[in-house]
Formats: sequence, structure tokens, C-alpha cells
Amino acid sequence: MNKTMLSLAAGLMLAGASMTGTAMAQDYPTKPVTVVVPFSAGGPTDTVARLVAEVMSDDLGQQVVIQNVGGAGGTLGAGQVAVAPNDGYTLLLHHIGMSTAPTLYRSLPYDPATDFAPIGLITSVPMTLVARKDFEPSTLPELVAYIKANGENVTYAHAGIGSASQLCGMLLMNALDTQMTTVPYQGSGPAMTDIIGGQIDMICDQTTNTTSQIQAGEVKAYGVTTLTRLGNLPDLPTTKEGGLDLEIGVWHGLYAPAGTDAAIISRLEAALQKALTDETVVSRFAELGTLPVTAEEATPAALTQTLASQTELWRAVIEAAGVYAD
Amino acid sequence: MDIIASLGLGFSVALDPINIFYCFIGVLLGTLVGVLPGIGPTATIAMLLPITFSLSPATALIMLAGIYYGAQYGGSTTAILINLPGESSSAVTAIDGYQMARKGRAGPALATAALGSFFAGTVGTLLLAFFAPPLARAALNFGAPEYFALIVLGLLVSIALAHGSILKALAMIVLGLLLGMVGQDIYTGQPRFTLGIRELYSGLNFVSLAVGVFGVAEILRNLENEKGRDVMVKTVKNLWLSKDDFKRIAAPVVRGTALGSVLGILPGGGHILASFASYSAEKRLSKTPGEFGHGAIEGVAGPESANNAAAQTSFIPLMTLGIPAHPVMALMVGAFILQGITPGPNVINDQPALFWGIIASMWIGNVLLVLLNLPLIGLWVKMLSIPYRALFPAIVLFACIGCFSINQNIYDVFAIGFFGVVGYVLIRFGCEPAPLLLGFVLGPLLEEHLRRAMIISRGDPMVFIERPISATLLALALLAVIIAVLPSIRRKRKEVFVEED
Repeated sequence: MNKTMLSLAAGLMLAGASMTGTAMAQDYPTKPVTVVVPFSAGGPTDTVARLVAEVMSDDLGQQVVIQNVGGAGGTLGAGQVAVAPNDGYTLLLHHIGMSTAPTLYRSLPYDPATDFAPIGLITSVPMTLVARKDFEPSTLPELVAYIKANGENVTYAHAGIGSASQLCGMLLMNALDTQMTTVPYQGSGPAMTDIIGGQIDMICDQTTNTTSQIQAGEVKAYGVTTLTRLGNLPDLPTTKEGGLDLEIGVWHGLYAPAGTDAAIISRLEAALQKALTDETVVSRFAELGTLPVTAEEATPAALTQTLASQTELWRAVIEAAGVYAD
Repeated sequence: MDIIASLGLGFSVALDPINIFYCFIGVLLGTLVGVLPGIGPTATIAMLLPITFSLSPATALIMLAGIYYGAQYGGSTTAILINLPGESSSAVTAIDGYQMARKGRAGPALATAALGSFFAGTVGTLLLAFFAPPLARAALNFGAPEYFALIVLGLLVSIALAHGSILKALAMIVLGLLLGMVGQDIYTGQPRFTLGIRELYSGLNFVSLAVGVFGVAEILRNLENEKGRDVMVKTVKNLWLSKDDFKRIAAPVVRGTALGSVLGILPGGGHILASFASYSAEKRLSKTPGEFGHGAIEGVAGPESANNAAAQTSFIPLMTLGIPAHPVMALMVGAFILQGITPGPNVINDQPALFWGIIASMWIGNVLLVLLNLPLIGLWVKMLSIPYRALFPAIVLFACIGCFSINQNIYDVFAIGFFGVVGYVLIRFGCEPAPLLLGFVLGPLLEEHLRRAMIISRGDPMVFIERPISATLLALALLAVIIAVLPSIRRKRKEVFVEED
């Protein structure tokens, strides 16, 4: 009995798989859409994906399912989508790592620029410079002077190879033309633990991870890496106000495999733009210390342009730092 | 703040019928996924995150927390019945629990696990309620040097895990350390032992390794003997604990709870050590250490309590500081954020109903788990009478599905087969899998903390003895080695003496 049920189920699945190729672009979508998030569930990128997917489901009239394919700094999940059928049922939601992977990984099995059809930008999460409570400098100019004076005696935590905090650290050291001692951790959580515990000096990390600790006074905050101050941290100056030329945001984008039908891309673009104006998405994003991008930025053109310019920017920074992930 | 009033508020939230219902759903699901080999709480919570959108924050988090500690209960069931630990903590339970099951004492083993876990869960919840903020503060004093010293101590005392040759146990620990090296070096990004396979960059999956070396290897070993494989356990003596059993488990449960509670609070991997440390302690303290490895009930009672106590207290850093201690807690952070609450030091003041409601629900969840699990013991034990040819293919299938579901990585499934064969070869050579798993989980932590300590101290090894906590732990480690070596020195002296006579 069980055996027949099993073979029946297997047969149905095979039949379903062979039918996907024949789905018509104008009926799209006729079955659930999978969005691959190349990081583990519960992280900041996963949170962004789930908030947006929930609303896109309503608009598309089909369930949008999040699939977490973590590992190798996000390149495993991206690699899977690069070779997935370009029928619009497998998408990729990736962050800034999409633009750093071609330089960080010298043997990347896919090309972010040519193997994907961009759909649109989603959000750009600001980053904050924070330090342990009893760290000497108390303002951004003091911090800059302190790092310049103490160089490698300053310990800088980051969340691992290719993480946003590592990228921000590289930019910071570039801007100050000095070296700090960088200490890698396995993710933001452990790094923040050691900052709060006073084991290590400082980190530049996404507001997602730092806002509640800044508000509670568990860490000392120096500046935010955006052009304007943040709504939920109004007292925190921007890096520019503090005289530091450091601008970085962890931008997120939605992609389909290259060669996906243009009609499907514009259908997804419309759904994405609608999701980004949804009240719940806007308010949850605000709690994370970020904003959805405008409708003009949630477009294939804007994402293509961002990906290209960011890939160039990071190529220079990463090559200068001599950091590689393989 | 008045703790009694706070707990009252907590219970008023937790005893809301809807919350009791979802708490029950959580622990039931947790027990089920814990029992199914390979499917752990991480995968389950990840899959259920979307469903919790529609629930209120307190209800959603109560259910997700229930899945986590429910899975701790369920995981020991398969470890005991079929030698299949789903998590590092239940690997220790498998050592003596499975031997008890083979001797027809699966019932008492399961009852011990349930009762020990309940006691530990209750104590853990009380600690969380009364001392969470100061405990979390104290745990922050643990930096890289302290964790390194703690893991060294853990590795040294855990040699006791072996019940055969010490040399073989050491070899297994080293093999485990080497297997733990597979993957990308977190400091330089250099891939190690990955054979150029990108899927191995994140390292080998613990569940694949455990299912392989414990479960599949055991199945292969059973296939050798055609007569013995029809029904695994022929006689089931009794389902419940005897008076003597109760006497034997009381002290190990209390000690395990104490050890687990302390280690669980440390966010840098302390919870992993809990069950290993408790097993070692029980074996050292036992008057009959020879029984360990052959079905000693203390070897189930201690580690199971330690494991559950650590599961409860690992919520302390999360709830009071917003710091996740391990992947499941990281998922809980995600669940908080999806509900619009950023976990951090302010939750206790801004959301008192939520904070105390979750704590109160943990105790209720533990009561529900005992009510759920004790009647189920008879059912689980009956499972052992399923013919081998039906039970084991099903187990291997579930394990493969479970491992694949975690990261959709096919190499995790290949690893089950590979380590099944490796495990079988090791059994034939008389080597035990438990020390291997210990090396595998602790090796990468040891390296991570050692290198981090050295980077921060800028290459000065004195940091390990200059810091008081790490110096104390290392001194204890040295003492453990001396105590372990002394008896053999003494025996040799005696032998020498005898010869002279």
C-alpha cells in the first residue's frame, strides 16, 4: 500500500517537472514561485525576503516560497539559480555579495552580470560604526584620529569572508589609509557578543544587527554610513557630517535566470514595486532601520546599473586589500 | 522589579487557551521532528516561519520555542531506540541508551530521559526567570581565551567517553578534529579538504556524519548476522523505572542539570559541551565505571538532563541581550524581527508580557512534554518489534530527506552513505564513534577560539594564563590529566613492587 502511494507520488512529481517548460508567459504564474535566498533562515537577508515574498504572493495570486540555500558566501544559492530553468519559477534574492563575488572568488562558476536577468532593487540597509562601551573615542572625528594613531592596535570584528561588515571595514581602512587588526567571526551574532562583552574594539555592521544595542546603550555608536540620518536613531550623525568619506549600504536585489521571458520579468517587476509600497513592508523595514527603494529603482535597469557600478567599485577595493575567498 | 508579579503576568499570557494550544502544537511538532532522524528543529522552524506571520508575537514565539525544546526530547528517543542521534547532544545518550534498549530496557531509558529532561527544564526555566540578566552579563566575560580553555578542558575530560582502548579513543578524536577541518577557513577564506567541491565549503553536515557513523554503520553491522536481524529487541522487560533505578538516577539528574545550566548560558558554544561533560562526570564519579558503555542508566540520566537544561538556559543570552547562542537561536532572532520586535536588552522592559509569557510557557511546555511522552513510551518500544527489513530502509530514507532539507545540498546525502561505510569499518576495528563526533564538533570551535585569542593578543600566548578564568580552566585541565595518569603510575609502581617481592 505504502509503496504504491510512494511510486504514485514520484510519478506525479516527474509529470509536474516535465510540464514546467510548457508554461505560457501570459498565464504566469500558474504554480508557486520559489525565491532562493543564498543565506540561512532568520538572517537579515532572509527577513527582507520573507517580508517582500508575503506581499508578492498576494499580488501574483500564487504562493511565493522562500528556499534557503546557504553556504560558500552566498555563491552556492546564486549558482543554483544561474543554471535553473528560466521559466520565472525560480528567482534569486541576493545582496551586495552579488557584486563582490566575482572578485572574492577567483573560480566562480557563474557570472553575475550575464547569467541573470535583473528584476529590481529592493532596499539598501544602512551600516553603523559602533564600538565597545568603554572604547576611548566618543565622537566620529575622535574615532578617526584614534584609529590613525593606534593602527593595528585597534581590533575590528567582522562577520566572515565576504560579509557586509568585512566590506565596510575594507572601505574604512581605505578611507583612513591605515590598517587595523581584523578579527573574523562566524556571523554577526558572535561578533556583536564580543563587542558588548568588551572583548574586541569595534565593528561596522548593518542597522538590523546594531539598532537595538545602540538604543539600549550596550555599544557606543559613532556614525551611520548613509547620506541622511536615520528615523529611529536621530541623534546619530552621518559619516559625512563627521568628516569621514565612507558611504556604503547593503543593497538587495531580485533576479531571475538569464533568458527569462520579458513579459514574466515585467510581471515580477510590477509585483515587486507593489510589495515595496505595502504598509507592513514599509513599517517592518523602518524597524530594521531601512527603507524600500523608490519605484524607479525597483526596475531591471536600475539593478543592472547598480550591479555593474558596484562590481567595479568592489573589484578595486578587494584587490587593494588582497582578500580572497578561494 | 517584583518577580512574582512578573511571573504572574507571564502565566496569564501563557495560560491563555490559544497560547496553550500553540505551545502544545509546538512541543508535539518538536517531538515528532526530533524522533524523525535527520530533520532537526532548525529545518522545522525555518519551514514554519511563514505560518507564524498570522499569529500574535507571543503565540508565534511560544510555538517556535516549543519546537526547539520539544526536539530535544524527541531526539533522545531515536538515539536510544535505534542508535540514531539527531544532534550532537543526543550522540552521548546513544552510547548507553542504545545498549539499554538492546538489553530490553528501552522503557526505563526513555522514562529516564523524559523525567531527567523535565527536572532540568524546570530548573532551567526558574534560572531564566530569576537570574537571566546577571547571568547573561557574567557570560560576557567569556572571550576567546576562556572558550579555548573551556574546550581544552572538555576534550581532555571527555576521553572518558571511550569504554575501550584509550589509544583508539584518542585516534578517533583526532580523526574527528580532521573531519571538522573540512570547509572554508573562516580566517583566510582558504578552502581545506574540499576536493574542489563548492558544496563542501561550509564543511560536513553534523547530522549526516552522525546518521552515518552511528545509524547506518549499526545497520550494516546488524546485516552481518542473518538470525539476529528479524526483530531487534526480543524481550522488553519493563516499561517503567524500578525503585533502584530511581535511586540511581537522582544524583546524575541533579548534577547534569547544574552542569547543563551553567554551560548553556555561554553563547560561544558552551551548550555543545553540556551532555559530553555530564557523561564524563558521571563515569568518573560512578562506583562501577565499567558499566558505562554497556547500558548504565546514569549515562542516560546525566547527559539528558544536562542537554535539556542547556537548551533552556541558552535562551538567556537571546532574551536578555539579543545574542543568539547557536543556529536555532539565530532563527528565533529572525522570528522576533519578522514579528516586528528587535530582540535586545530592551525587550524585557518594552514587552514584559511577551518576555514573561515565553518564560512561563517554557515551563508549561515541559509539563506538556512529560504528559505527551510518558504514555508514548509503550508505543515507541513497540516500534522495535517492527521487522528489520521494513524499519531500517524507512529510517535511512527519512534520514536522507531530513539531511537534504536543511540546506538542499546533495553532498549532505552522499555524506550519509560515505560515513556509513566509514563507521562500519571503524566498528570492525573496535573504534567507537562517540569520540569522533566529539572531535568533530569541538575541533572547529577549538581552532576558532585559539586563533581569535592569538589575533586579539597579537600573537602573545601569555593571554591564556594572564586572564583568570582561562587560567583556572587550563589548571583544571592539567589536573584532569594528572588524575587520569596517576592511577596507572601507581599501578606500575605496585607492579614493580610485586616483582621485587
